[in-house]
Amino acid sequence: MSSASTAPARTAAATSPGRPALPVRRQRLRQALTGWLFSAPFTVLFVVFMALPVVVSLVMSFTDLRSTDLRNPLAVNFVGLDNYTRLFADRLFLRAAVNTLGFVVVGVPLTMVLALAAASALNSGLVRFRTLFRVGFYLPVVSSIVAIAVVWRFLLDPEIGLVNNLLRLVGIDGPSWLYDTNLALPSLTVMAAWRNFGFLMVIFLAGLQAVPADLYEAATLDGATRWQQFRNVTLPMLRPTLLFGGVVTGIGFLQLFEEPFVMTQGGPLSSTLSVSFHIYNQFGFGNYGYAASASYVLFLAIVALSAVQFRLLRERS
Amino acid sequence: MASANTALRTRDRVARAALYAVLILGLFAVAGPFVWMALSSIKPEREIRAVPPTWWPETATLGNYRDLFSGLDFPLYFFNSLLVATAVTAGNLLFCSLVGYALAKLRYPGKRVLFLAVLGMLMVPGMVTFVPQFVLVSNMGLANTYAGLILPFLVGAFGVFLMRQFLQSIPDELIEAARVDGAGEFRIFWRVVLPLCRPALATLGILTFLQSWNNFLWPLVVATTEDKYTLPVALALFSVGQNRIYYGPLLAGAVIVVLPVLVLFVVLQRHFLRGIATTGLK
Repeated sequence: MSSASTAPARTAAATSPGRPALPVRRQRLRQALTGWLFSAPFTVLFVVFMALPVVVSLVMSFTDLRSTDLRNPLAVNFVGLDNYTRLFADRLFLRAAVNTLGFVVVGVPLTMVLALAAASALNSGLVRFRTLFRVGFYLPVVSSIVAIAVVWRFLLDPEIGLVNNLLRLVGIDGPSWLYDTNLALPSLTVMAAWRNFGFLMVIFLAGLQAVPADLYEAATLDGATRWQQFRNVTLPMLRPTLLFGGVVTGIGFLQLFEEPFVMTQGGPLSSTLSVSFHIYNQFGFGNYGYAASASYVLFLAIVALSAVQFRLLRERS
Repeated sequence: MASANTALRTRDRVARAALYAVLILGLFAVAGPFVWMALSSIKPEREIRAVPPTWWPETATLGNYRDLFSGLDFPLYFFNSLLVATAVTAGNLLFCSLVGYALAKLRYPGKRVLFLAVLGMLMVPGMVTFVPQFVLVSNMGLANTYAGLILPFLVGAFGVFLMRQFLQSIPDELIEAARVDGAGEFRIFWRVVLPLCRPALATLGILTFLQSWNNFLWPLVVATTEDKYTLPVALALFSVGQNRIYYGPLLAGAVIVVLPVLVLFVVLQRHFLRGIATTGLK
């Protein structure tokens, strides 16, 4: 073994410039060794901190592991699908699932429409200072959610918040956004769209710039209006980019956690509890097995969403 | 003909005016809160709570910052955030480009499996790995240490994916030529391949740094004593610990958390946004 691994290294060191290349077989071996060597640091960290946890989580989801069992692993039992059946009878989990789906179903299209509108406006050629707008719209994407929460909690403060102050100017008595069971989740949805559309805007802009200009020229010659050009040229050409954006945003939004965590703590009355938040709470209660099963349900939802996208992409090509 | 032209031009002008109006309104809605945050952080609490609110501070004061720094060791949290983000970024740049190069340009058994595992990992939600990672780090005795904050993020599936996609566009001839010249494999990587990767490395570097700087949940759970807090954790716990919300010091804290990355972003935005755009197209 050791001779096999040192031999190519020695040959490599001995090879001087201009010498004919190594025999094919040795070269292959050398490449394989280099490949493994270069992959090794990543692979070790990847396996220990990512791949292994994914597997452990799956195994855990079929056990009744609790935080108190960690010192005494023998007390852990396999319980089959118990966690999963319990999950779908857990009213809090179902509430969290409905909240999360509602957030995704409204939030993803809202984010995409905002992003597409901003990208189209900036790509129309009519606007100057494009960098200013691009950077401005991107600010929330790079900012810490904790800082954003400080600002948004103030904006939405029922008494002194800017939003209700603006509403007061037009004679409307604004509601207490984050303390109303019907308004808290919509408020967080708008906030998430506000926070994330800048990322999609940049991706859509790149997609728009890749649409061949002569398509628009031809459409203009045919007398198409701007709106018709958008409907019949831009949207079809942008389809793959839109799908990509939709899935990336969908995967992110399905994992909704930070917004309710920093803004509402899941309240009022669980109206902003998300699946990820529910998992986090179960982790906090020490119900590790149960938390793992909920996380795998979320995982399956994400895989299903990605599968739908691949289907849609294949249909086109 | 002439009248049709002027009609068109007027319509264009109206369209342009409408477009500007919408964009400026949008910019105000998106960037406005940040400007307001910065301006209000130097207002006294009374003025922050004034109805109707003021935009420009009537009395400017650094009192909020003084309160913040007297109660909390913000320089230390800043140092912690910087240390963790720098280490995580360095690890990702080195390890992800090494394996990205191997996956794109070298032939070795097991490479397909590795790449598929990386792709699959992109779909795994953070909550799946969260609990086992926490148990693992605790069992390794790394809870509440810098290593515990850094190690789980030292490599990432996205970074590998990005580097591999980018490296595939580099012509094989360059690498072959270096090999014929007798350069060792690591030397080829370091001297020939990495310099060509600068755009991808810039994107990955900025992205990783921002992500690490803003990372919230993991440090919140792993850092249990104040001396290991990162900035977002400190700010979050500071805001939770209050009975009555004092917006002034909170806004000052928010400015301190956001300002470094905003400066970094604005300075590097050209590289950064271009990089983001290309990852989206592939």
